[in-house]
Amino acid sequence: KNCNNDEKQYVGFATLPNQVHRKSVKKGFDFTLMVAGESGMGKSTLVNSLFLTDLYKDRKLLNAEERINQTVEIIKHTVDIEEKGVKLKLTIVDTPGFGDAVNNNQCWKPITDYIDQQFEQYFRDESGLNRKNIQDNRVHCCLYFIPPFGHGLRPVDVEFMRALHEKVNVVPLIAKADCLTPNEIKKLKDRIREEIEKFGIKVYQFPECDSDEDEEFKQMDKELKECTPFAVIGSNTVVEARGQRVRGRLYPWGIVEVENQSHCDFVKLRNMLIRSHMHDLKDVTCDVHYENYRAQCIQEMTSKLAQDNRMESPIPILPLSTPDAETEKLIKMKDEELKRMQEMLNKMQQQMHEKDQ
Amino acid sequence: MAAAAAASHSNEEKRNLNLGGHVGFDSLPDQLVSKSVTQGFCFNILCVGETGIGKSTLMNTLFNTMFENEEASHYQNSVYLRPRTYDLQESNVHLKLTIVDTVGFGDQINKEDSYKPIVDYIDTQFENYLQEELKIKRSLFNYHDTRIHICLYFIAPTGHSLKSLDLVTMKKLDSKVNIIPIIAKADTISKSELHKFKIKIMSELVSNGVQIYQFPTDDEAVTEINASMNAHLPFAVVGSVDEVKVGNKTVRARQYPWGVVQVENESHCDFVKLREMLIRVNMEDLREQTHARHYELYRRCKLEEMGFKDTDPDCQPFSLQETYEAKRKEFLGDLQHKEEGMRQMFVSKVKETEAELKEKERELHDKFEQLKRLHQEEKRKVEEKRRDLEEEMNAHNRKKVAAETLALAQPLKKDKDRRKPLNTENQSGVSASNSKVMMAKASVEPLNCHSWWHAIQCCTCLVHNATWKPGGLF
Repeated sequence: KNCNNDEKQYVGFATLPNQVHRKSVKKGFDFTLMVAGESGMGKSTLVNSLFLTDLYKDRKLLNAEERINQTVEIIKHTVDIEEKGVKLKLTIVDTPGFGDAVNNNQCWKPITDYIDQQFEQYFRDESGLNRKNIQDNRVHCCLYFIPPFGHGLRPVDVEFMRALHEKVNVVPLIAKADCLTPNEIKKLKDRIREEIEKFGIKVYQFPECDSDEDEEFKQMDKELKECTPFAVIGSNTVVEARGQRVRGRLYPWGIVEVENQSHCDFVKLRNMLIRSHMHDLKDVTCDVHYENYRAQCIQEMTSKLAQDNRMESPIPILPLSTPDAETEKLIKMKDEELKRMQEMLNKMQQQMHEKDQ
Repeated sequence: MAAAAAASHSNEEKRNLNLGGHVGFDSLPDQLVSKSVTQGFCFNILCVGETGIGKSTLMNTLFNTMFENEEASHYQNSVYLRPRTYDLQESNVHLKLTIVDTVGFGDQINKEDSYKPIVDYIDTQFENYLQEELKIKRSLFNYHDTRIHICLYFIAPTGHSLKSLDLVTMKKLDSKVNIIPIIAKADTISKSELHKFKIKIMSELVSNGVQIYQFPTDDEAVTEINASMNAHLPFAVVGSVDEVKVGNKTVRARQYPWGVVQVENESHCDFVKLREMLIRVNMEDLREQTHARHYELYRRCKLEEMGFKDTDPDCQPFSLQETYEAKRKEFLGDLQHKEEGMRQMFVSKVKETEAELKEKERELHDKFEQLKRLHQEEKRKVEEKRRDLEEEMNAHNRKKVAAETLALAQPLKKDKDRRKPLNTENQSGVSASNSKVMMAKASVEPLNCHSWWHAIQCCTCLVHNATWKPGGLF
C-alpha cells in the first residue's frame, strides 16, 4: 500500500459530512409551506412560479356574494418532487378565505388552530412508545402577502402576524409588486419595516453568517437582509423577452420578468427560501417554535391536572421532572420543619451531656 | 415547460410532479451538511476486553493520536468503566470522541458480575438522554450525546473459540449497543489458524443468538464494500504506534526477530478493514442505529415499566390519562407515606430521648438523696461527738474546779509540776496540754485545727493525719 506522509496522518473521520450527505439523500426531505393573504394577492401564482409547476389546476374561485360570510379553510396540497437525486416531499398549505369576509374578526383562528394541531400531533407521536415512522406535518414557513395598494400594514396584517409569529416562521411579502415604482417600493418597505418593529412582530430572521465566510457571501447576505420584506411578482405564463422564453407578465408598456432582479425580489425570495435557508427554517421550527409549544403544553397540563381531574394527558412526562410551585412550597416547608426538629433534638442531647457532667 | 401529472387535487393525495426548470432544492443535503459541520460531531466508543489485550494501543493506532493512558493493574476488585473525552479535528470537521475503557475486565476470580457495570453504564447514558428528552425545557440540539455508538469486543487470540465470559457478556450487550467483535493481538495466529478461528467464533455467535452489528447493505453507494466486509468478521487486528523502517518507507509495525508485522498491510491483519468500516464508511450509520434502534428499545421498555401504554390507532387519550392519574396518585401516596414514616421516626426518637432524659434525672435525684443522707449521717455523727466532747469538757471543768480547790490546800507541790509543759493560752483558757489529755481520754483523732473549739465547729475537719506538736496542733 502506498503510504505517504499525508495518508499516514489521515484517520478518516473527515468523511463524516459525506456520510451524512449520503444518508440524507437516501432518506429524502420534506417541507411544509403555508401561504396566507387575501384572495387575489397572487399566492397560487407565486407558489407555481417558485416550484416551477402547476399545483392549482381546476380550482374554483368564489365570487363576492359567496364570500360575505366566508370562513377560512385550510387546504393542503402534497407533491413529491425530485431534482438531481434529491427527493423533496413538499406540502403547500393554502388558506382560502382569509380576510375575505366582511367581518374578519379572529379570521386567523383556524390558521393558528391548524398550526397548533400539527404541533400537538407531533407531540403525541414523539411521546408515544413506537416512534418508527413519525410524519412531520409541522408548518415550517408562512408566507404572508401584504397588499401593495395601501401605505403600510393594515390592522388585519398586524393582528395576523402577531398571532402567528411565535408559532411559525413568518416571512412577509409585498404582493403584486408590479404596480409600484422602485421608489414607491422602497418607501413601502421602509414603512413596513418600521411598523413591524413598532408593533413588536417577530418575523423570521436570517441567521448571522459565519465570520469565516468570504466577503462576497457576506455582502450578499447583507443585501438580502436589507431587502426585506421582499416585493414579489409571480406568473403562470411564459412570454418571450429579449430573445428568451421567460416567466413574465405582458403589458402594453413592457414585459415584467419574474426572474429579473431589477424587476422584483422573486429571485432573492427563491434563493432564500429554497436554496439557502430551507433547512434553517425547519430547524427554527423544530428547535424554537415546537419546543415553546411543547413546554407551554406540558405546563398547562400539569397545572390543570393539579386543579381538576378531567383533562387529557396523552403523553408520558416524568412526574418528578419538574415539581410545580405548590409541591415545591410544601417540600420547603417540610424541610424547614425537619430542620427545626433536628435542632431541638441536638439541644436536648447537649443538655443531657451537661447534666451528666 | 410545465407538464403536470394528471391528477385531481384533494386534501391528502400525493402526486409526483415534473419540474419545469431548476428550482434549486437539490442544495438541501448541502445545507444539512454545513449545519452539521458547524455543530460538530460526536462519537462514543466502548472497548471491552481483558487487561493488557491491546485496547488502548488499538485506539491510539486507529486515531493516530497518543491518548494518555497508564497501564491498568490486574488487581481491581471489580470492573469499572473509565470514559475519556477528546476533541479531534481533521480538515474542517470537529469530532468529540469519547473512549470508554473497561478496567479490570476478566481479572477477577469470580466473573459472574463482570458484565453488570458495563450494562449499567450503557443504560445510564440512555437514561440521561431520556431525561433530557422528557424535560419541559429541553435543548436536544446542543446536548452532548454520551450514548455508546459502538462496542469493540476484544477476543483473546486463543485460536480455539470464544471464552465463556465473552459469550455471556456479548449476550447481555447485543440488545443495547452495536457490537463489533475483533480478534486482538492477531500476530500470534497464523493464516490457517485464523481462518478456522474466525469460522468457529462466528458459528458460536450465531448458535447462541448473539446479534452483532452488520454493516448496512441497503444504500447502493456502499452495499458492495459493506457486504464484503461483513464476510470478514471478526476482524483480526494488530495495533502499534511504533514506527519501523521497511524498505524505504516508515510504517507503523511491530518488530520481531523473525520479521516485521505491518499494521496497515492488509495481508498481515485486518486493521485497515476495521478503520475503513468503523470510521470512513459507517460512522454515521452507527450513530443512527444507536439512536433509532437501541435507544428506542430502551425508551420503550423504560416507559412501559413506568406504566405508560401506547394508544391504539384510534387514539383513546383515556388510557394514558388514567395511567398518568394513577401514577400521580401513587407518587403522592408515596410522598405522604414517607412523610408519615419520617414523622413517626421523629416522634419515637423524641420519646426515646425524653425517656433517657428522665432516667438521667431520676438517677441524679437518687444520687442527690443519697448524698443528702450521707451528709445528714455525718452531721449527726459529728453532733454526737460534739456532745461527747462537751460532756468531757464539763467533766473536766468539774475536775478542774475540784483540783483547784485541792490545789489551794497544797500549793507548793503542784507548782513544780506545772512549770515543765509549755503554757499556751488559748481562747477558752484551757492549755494545750490539757487538750491533749482530753483528747486521749475521749479517744478522738487529732485535729488539724488551731484549737479544739474550731475543730468542733468545722465538721469537715475530721481528718486523720493531723500532727500534734508541742505548742499546738498543726
